[in-house]
Amino acid sequence: MRKLVTVLLLVAAPLAARADLTVFACEPEWKALAEAIGGDLVKADSATTALQDPHYIQARPSLIAGIRRADLVVCSGAQLEIGWLPALLRKANNRRVLPGNPGYFEAALFVERLGATGSVDRAEGDIHPQGNPHVQTNPHNLQLIGRALAERMAELDPGNAEAYRRGFASFEARLRDAIARWEAKAAPLAGMRVITHHKSWIYLEDWLGLTEVANLEPIPGLPPTAGHLSQLVSRFGDGGADVIIRSPYQDARASEWLSERTGIPAIVLPLTVGGTPGATDLFALFEDILDRLLEARQ
Amino acid sequence: MRIDFRKGILAMPLILMFEPAPAQDDIAALRAELEQLRAEYEVRIDALERRLAVAEQNAMQANAAVSQLASEPAAAPSPAPRAQAGIGDSTFNPAIGVIFEGTAWRYGEDPEDYAIQGFPLGGETGPRAEGLALGETEIDMSANVDDKFTAFLTAGIHIEDGEAHFDIEEAWLETLALPGGFSARFGRFFSGIGYLNDKHRHAWDFADQPLAYQALLGDQYIDDGVQLRWIAPTALYVEVGAELARGGRYPAAGAARSGVGARSLFLNVGGDVGSDHSWLAGISWLDARSVDREAGPEDEPLSFTGDADVAIAELVWKWAPNGNWRQENFVFQAEYLWRSEDGFYDLPGLGTLPYDAKQRGWYAQAVYQPFPRWRFGARIDGLSADDPGPLFAGTLLEAPADDPRRYTVMLDWSNSEFSRLRFQYARDDAGFDDESHWGLQYILSIGAHGAHTF
Repeated sequence: MRKLVTVLLLVAAPLAARADLTVFACEPEWKALAEAIGGDLVKADSATTALQDPHYIQARPSLIAGIRRADLVVCSGAQLEIGWLPALLRKANNRRVLPGNPGYFEAALFVERLGATGSVDRAEGDIHPQGNPHVQTNPHNLQLIGRALAERMAELDPGNAEAYRRGFASFEARLRDAIARWEAKAAPLAGMRVITHHKSWIYLEDWLGLTEVANLEPIPGLPPTAGHLSQLVSRFGDGGADVIIRSPYQDARASEWLSERTGIPAIVLPLTVGGTPGATDLFALFEDILDRLLEARQ
Repeated sequence: MRIDFRKGILAMPLILMFEPAPAQDDIAALRAELEQLRAEYEVRIDALERRLAVAEQNAMQANAAVSQLASEPAAAPSPAPRAQAGIGDSTFNPAIGVIFEGTAWRYGEDPEDYAIQGFPLGGETGPRAEGLALGETEIDMSANVDDKFTAFLTAGIHIEDGEAHFDIEEAWLETLALPGGFSARFGRFFSGIGYLNDKHRHAWDFADQPLAYQALLGDQYIDDGVQLRWIAPTALYVEVGAELARGGRYPAAGAARSGVGARSLFLNVGGDVGSDHSWLAGISWLDARSVDREAGPEDEPLSFTGDADVAIAELVWKWAPNGNWRQENFVFQAEYLWRSEDGFYDLPGLGTLPYDAKQRGWYAQAVYQPFPRWRFGARIDGLSADDPGPLFAGTLLEAPADDPRRYTVMLDWSNSEFSRLRFQYARDDAGFDDESHWGLQYILSIGAHGAHTF
């Protein structure tokens, strides 16, 4: 037994990361944010890609191994990962990243969450009583979360604390400029009426002043049904909506079907980094979202 | 919204009470209005206090970094205060969930006569009840005890011969704070051997366990004991576990060796291949000492005293395009179980006979979800046994002439991740004489539902 352990450790040593801070991000936006703050000081991996529905992830062995080695776990929180993250944390045996420890960071805690119901009646669907967890679609939130994350990284790796703060400061300066540019560019989008597949976009809507008029899901979390879609056809057949939005991981059929019957354009928006070829980092993500919305607006 | 609603309800009796007043006396009316205002303010203050309490709780849980944030609130996206719920796994502590299960099963032969030649059945296993039946009702509770321990309880209520039996299925504590990738578990729990052994009934892909688990482990090996688990700090997932158990449950029995009658070891490795594929493979071993272990027909059980060794090899492969599990996925899994028993069998009417034989069981199954909600599955499973010798000719332990086989298909539909309806059909020449049976099953869960493992 001891020999086995020794052999495994010897095999493992070169595999283990040698960066100063190993970050396990639940979603690509948090990997991108940690890297924007920490640069070469962090080694970040994301448990999911932009092409995967983050509500439904298998608690894969590779993810347990990832959390086992992590100094910091960064997730959206607000129960987005409730179907898989608790199983990973329980299996990974890494006390430093359990909730309540500095190594566990829930992004949604640091922003004002929209859509909190407080109640949990599942007849209303797969709702998040603590508010909508898709907080990354408003860049102001990234500023708030980034500041908190930089402080957390500084706490976990005090030797590089100043580097993380500097990293955040330069990220924040870039982000502020970009936000001013984006808000000017997005002016024509105000009041745009959107139908979304899932309630993934309420922070974007709040930021840009879009109006969400319907969802393709009959209730949150359930796939679109024929009955609900035909209701939408009668509701929006004569206008009343400007665009139908889905995320890359959502089945295209429902929004294409509705688009064909109503003439409302259906578009894909990247929900996070990597969701579209253009969304290569956090800045490109918002550029791409705005470009796609503006194109649909015309 | 909710606060306004409550305010309305609280103010209602006041409005009703004072409504006739203005017609009679202006002063009374003014007073009434004043009263009403005061009442409203009290309600509002009360509500504000409650919100403050929630906010304080939020603030306590979000740690030091928050204070940093508060110093620069100008960047907040919208300054208007909005509903904020408390942070945590559940509004309730402990988290409580209930799982309901029921079946309607139809057999070609009498399920009371179910017996597999060569494999006296022990433990909880056996065919589902014929006709309409409530299955097991499972009550789960879990919570962190403190910063060092977490606790989990599963109580099962099942119906046997028309009576409800309450059973502590699992009750364990696990450490949260051991260093070096270790954790320890104490109490009663499903052993970590094999792949299916520690899966709860509601997480099974078929309504029953494979023959190998039914015949060699009595469905699932569960016992009282301690477990030590270690995860290697490597990119490859490596899990090593060891257990000591009381040895009170099938395939162990009698709490031998002063109540440490069973021990086991398991090793699991796993990883990803690209973003589409992931896999898990493992080997495990169980050494179970049995004293007067009863199995087979309830009225005339066979009793075994001796050593049972079980070895298991497992492989699970999962696939989803782009790893987007929700939309489409496929799972293949297979296990091979090998059991060697050495000791004495006490057979009704024949006395005590020396027994030393090996038995094997295996299954392979595939479950495919082509689109959300619907899954199709197929499973083939079988058993084989060495002949224990002429002493056992004509008994239930004599090896079967042909290796028992079973073929099962299933189709299930899940409205959400909390509800599942299943149809299952099997062709079984193991426990029956080449018979078909089929049935319907529902599995529903309310309350807190723990995340499922791989």
